[in-house]
Amino acid sequence: MKSHVLRPLWVVLGLVALVLIARFFYVPKSFGIHERGYMYGWYRAANVDDWKKVTVKYQGTDYCKDCHSDKYESIMTTPHAIIPCEDCHGPALGHPSDPPKLPVDKSRGLCLRCHTSLPYPTSGRAKIMGIDPDGHNPGIECISCHNPHKPTLEGLK
Amino acid sequence: MVHGELWTLKELFVYPNEYIYWSVQIVMYPFMTGLVAGAFVLSSLYHVFGIKQLREMARFALVFSFALLFVAPMPIVLHLQHPFRGVNIFMTPHFTSAIAAFGIVFSAYGAIVASELWFLYRKHFVEVALPLKEKQDKGLLEWLKFFVFCSLTLGVYDVSEETLKRDEKAIRVLAAIGIPVACFLHGYAGFIFGSVKANALWMTPLMPVIFIMSAIVSGIALCMLTYIVTMELRKWVSSRKKSPYRYSESKQELAGVEVNVIKITAKYLLMFLVLAITLELLDLIFRGYTAVKSWDVIRSVIYGRDFTDIFILQYAIGNLIPLVLFLLPGLTIRRAVLGVCFVLFGVFMMRWNVVIGGQAFSLTFAGYMHYHLPIVPYDWETFKEGLAGALSIALMPFPLFWVMSKIFPVFDAKGSH
Amino acid sequence: MINRRDFLKFTVKGIAGVALPLAAFEIVNPRKLFADKSDTSRVRYVFLIDTYKCVGCGMCVKACKLENEIPYDANVTRTWVERYVITKDGKTFADTPKGARDGFTTSRIDLGMGKFQDIKNEDIDKAFFVPKLCNQCENPPCVQVCPVGATYQAPDGVVMVDRDWCIGCGYCIMGCPYGVRFFHPVYHTAEKCNFCYHRITKGLKTACVDVCPFGARQIGNIKDPNDPVTKIIMTERVGILKEEYGTKPQAFYIGLDREVK
Repeated sequence: MKSHVLRPLWVVLGLVALVLIARFFYVPKSFGIHERGYMYGWYRAANVDDWKKVTVKYQGTDYCKDCHSDKYESIMTTPHAIIPCEDCHGPALGHPSDPPKLPVDKSRGLCLRCHTSLPYPTSGRAKIMGIDPDGHNPGIECISCHNPHKPTLEGLK
Repeated sequence: MVHGELWTLKELFVYPNEYIYWSVQIVMYPFMTGLVAGAFVLSSLYHVFGIKQLREMARFALVFSFALLFVAPMPIVLHLQHPFRGVNIFMTPHFTSAIAAFGIVFSAYGAIVASELWFLYRKHFVEVALPLKEKQDKGLLEWLKFFVFCSLTLGVYDVSEETLKRDEKAIRVLAAIGIPVACFLHGYAGFIFGSVKANALWMTPLMPVIFIMSAIVSGIALCMLTYIVTMELRKWVSSRKKSPYRYSESKQELAGVEVNVIKITAKYLLMFLVLAITLELLDLIFRGYTAVKSWDVIRSVIYGRDFTDIFILQYAIGNLIPLVLFLLPGLTIRRAVLGVCFVLFGVFMMRWNVVIGGQAFSLTFAGYMHYHLPIVPYDWETFKEGLAGALSIALMPFPLFWVMSKIFPVFDAKGSH
Repeated sequence: MINRRDFLKFTVKGIAGVALPLAAFEIVNPRKLFADKSDTSRVRYVFLIDTYKCVGCGMCVKACKLENEIPYDANVTRTWVERYVITKDGKTFADTPKGARDGFTTSRIDLGMGKFQDIKNEDIDKAFFVPKLCNQCENPPCVQVCPVGATYQAPDGVVMVDRDWCIGCGYCIMGCPYGVRFFHPVYHTAEKCNFCYHRITKGLKTACVDVCPFGARQIGNIKDPNDPVTKIIMTERVGILKEEYGTKPQAFYIGLDREVK
C-alpha cells in the first residue's frame, strides 16, 4: 500500500489540471509575449487596437478657420494668433453637428492663466504682459473691456 | 474623491497623483502572511528537528497556520480595485513582478499544509468515518459528518502500524520542504517592498530578510497566545465540572504541561526577536551612515513625524520590553502573555511603519503625506480600507480555527500521531 | 614525442574546431537577434519639453483631461505643470495647484493644508515652469512590477494599460519614480499618459502638444533622423529626470534646472 503516501499529490495535480483547463477558456487568445519580450511585452495584443479606437476630441485650428474666418482673420494679426481656438473654446468634437455650440468661457480665470503678471527671470512667462488680479478691476469680466480676438489697443472697448 | 484622497493629507510639494494608495489592508496582508509562515515554522520545529517538548504546540500551530492561510488573501481581496479579476494572477502571471509569485507560493504552501494535515489526522478521519459507515439510520448532521470525513480519507482506510510510520515520514518530508516555502511565502512579501526602487524607504536588500524574521516572531507569538488561551479554557472547564474530554486531565496536569511548552517556545521566540531587531537597526544605521539623496526627507520622517510610531511603539514597546520580559528568569504564564501581546503589537507596528512610513514622504523628497485611518465606516470604501476592515481581518482567523478544530481536533491526544 | 608537422596539424585542427562552435554561438546570440528584430520598428516616440518657453497657462492639462476623458474635477491628471521659485536667500518653493489645470493665476505658492507663501518679485533669483508627463521609459519599472500583464510597452515605446485586465493592485503606481500613474476614478484601473495613442497613430500630435500656444511641448520619433525633435535631442543640450533610477526616460528637457524634483 505504498501508493497512499502519494494520494494528496494526485489531488494537488488534479487541481492544477483544472486551473490549466480554466486558463485555456479564460485567457484571451491575443495574450502573449510580444515584441518587447516577457518583461515589458507580456500583454493582450488586442488592447492596442482598443486604445487606437478612442475618439479624437481636439480637431485643431484648421478645423475652425473656414467657417469662422472672421474671428480667425481678426486674431491672426495679433499676439493671440499663437493660441489655438480650442484652448479657450474647448474641443471641437463633431461640431457643428455635435455639439451644435461650443462654450464661450467669459470668466477672468481663463485670461489670468497667462495674464497674471509673474515676472519670473528665465521663464517665458516674464515676457507676457500681465496684471495683478486683485488690483486690476477685480471681480469684473476681462471681456467687458478687452476683445480676445483683437486684444490690441484698437480692440479695447 | 479619487481612491486615496479621503485619507491622505498632503503637505508642501507633492505630485498631483500621489496619494496613500497602499493603506491599512496592505499593512494587514504581510502581518497575516507573517503569522501563517511563523506558525508553520513553529510546527516544523517539532516535525523536522524532533524537539519533543513542542509536540502539543506543533499540532496546534499547524491547524492554526491552515486557518490563517484562508484569511491571508482577504486583505488583498478587500484592497484590489477589481477583486474578481484577482484570478488573473493565476491566469496570466507576470513573474517579473513579486506579486505574481502570490499564486504559485500560496498554492504550493496550501498544498503542503493540507497534505501534512492529512497525514497527521488521517487516522482520526478513518476512526470517525468507519463507524458512521456501519450505522444504518443516520440523521442529517450525521450524514454530513459522514460525507465530510469519508471524502477526507481520500479512500485510504489502512491504519496499520506500517502505514502510520510511512505517514510520519511523509510529515517530516513535507515539514522540511515546507520551511523554505513558508520562508518564501513571507520573503516574497518583503521582496514586494524591497525591490521598489522608486520608494526610498522600501528599497533595501534587507527587506525580505527583515520580513521573514519578524514573521516568524509574530507566528510564534500568536501560537503561544492562542495556546495559552485555549489551555486556560481547558483548565477552567476541567475544574468546573467533570471533563467533557474522553481523557480527564486534572487542572494541575494541564498547568504543568502548559508552562513547559511556553518556556521552550519562548526560547525560540527570543532568538528570532533578536535577529529581527539586529537587521532593522542595521538598516537604519546604514541609511544614516551613507546619507544618500533621500536621507534628508527620510530622516525628517523617522526622527520627526514618525518618531513615536517607530521608536516608542515599535522598538520600545514592541521589541525592547518583550526582550526584557522573556530574558528575566522564572517565566510565568502571565508574563508570557504580556510579552507576546507586545511582540504582536510590535510586529504590526513594523508593517505599519514600512507601508505607511514609506508613503509619508513624497517622491519629490520635498513634501509629506499624512495618513488618516478611517475609523467610522460610512460606506464600503471606508469600511474595507478603514479600522473596521482591519479588525475584521484580525478577528477572522479565530472562528475559522474553531471550525477547523472540529475536523482537525487539536487537543485530542489519541486521534493524531 | 610529437613531430612539428603533427603538432601544427593538431593546432590548426584544434583552432578550427573551437572557432566553429564559437561562430555558431555568434549567429544564435539572442542579443544580436533581438537587436535586429527591434530595428525593424520604424517608430519610437519621444517627447521634448522646453522649460524656457512654458508660461504655466495649464492649457495642456485642461486639454489632456478633456481629450482623454479624465473627470475634470477629479484631483488626478495624466499630465501637469510644476512651478519652481528660487529666492535670493537660497530657498526653493514649488507647487502645482490642481496640477495646473486652471493655470497659475496667483503669485502665492500653494504649500498645502491651506497655507500659502507670499514671495516678493524682487526676492526671486529665478523661477520657471516644468511640465511633466509619462516618460515612456525604455526600462519601465511600472511594467516590470505588474503581476498580471495589464500594463505593457508597445513596440513604438508607448507604455499603456489594459483597462479590461488590470486588477487594481496599484503596484505600478508605487513603482513609478515620477509619480505619473494614478487610479482612474471611474474605471478603477491604473491610468497614465499614453501620448494620446489614439491621436499619434493617426498622424496627429498629442492634445497637449497641439494646444500649447508657446511650443513648449513637442513629440517626435527618435528613429527618424529628419525629425526636428530628434535633431534637437541629438545636437542641443537636453536633460532627463531622475536618471539614477536606470529607467531610461524618453522625455527630454531643455533648460532642466538642478532644483527640479
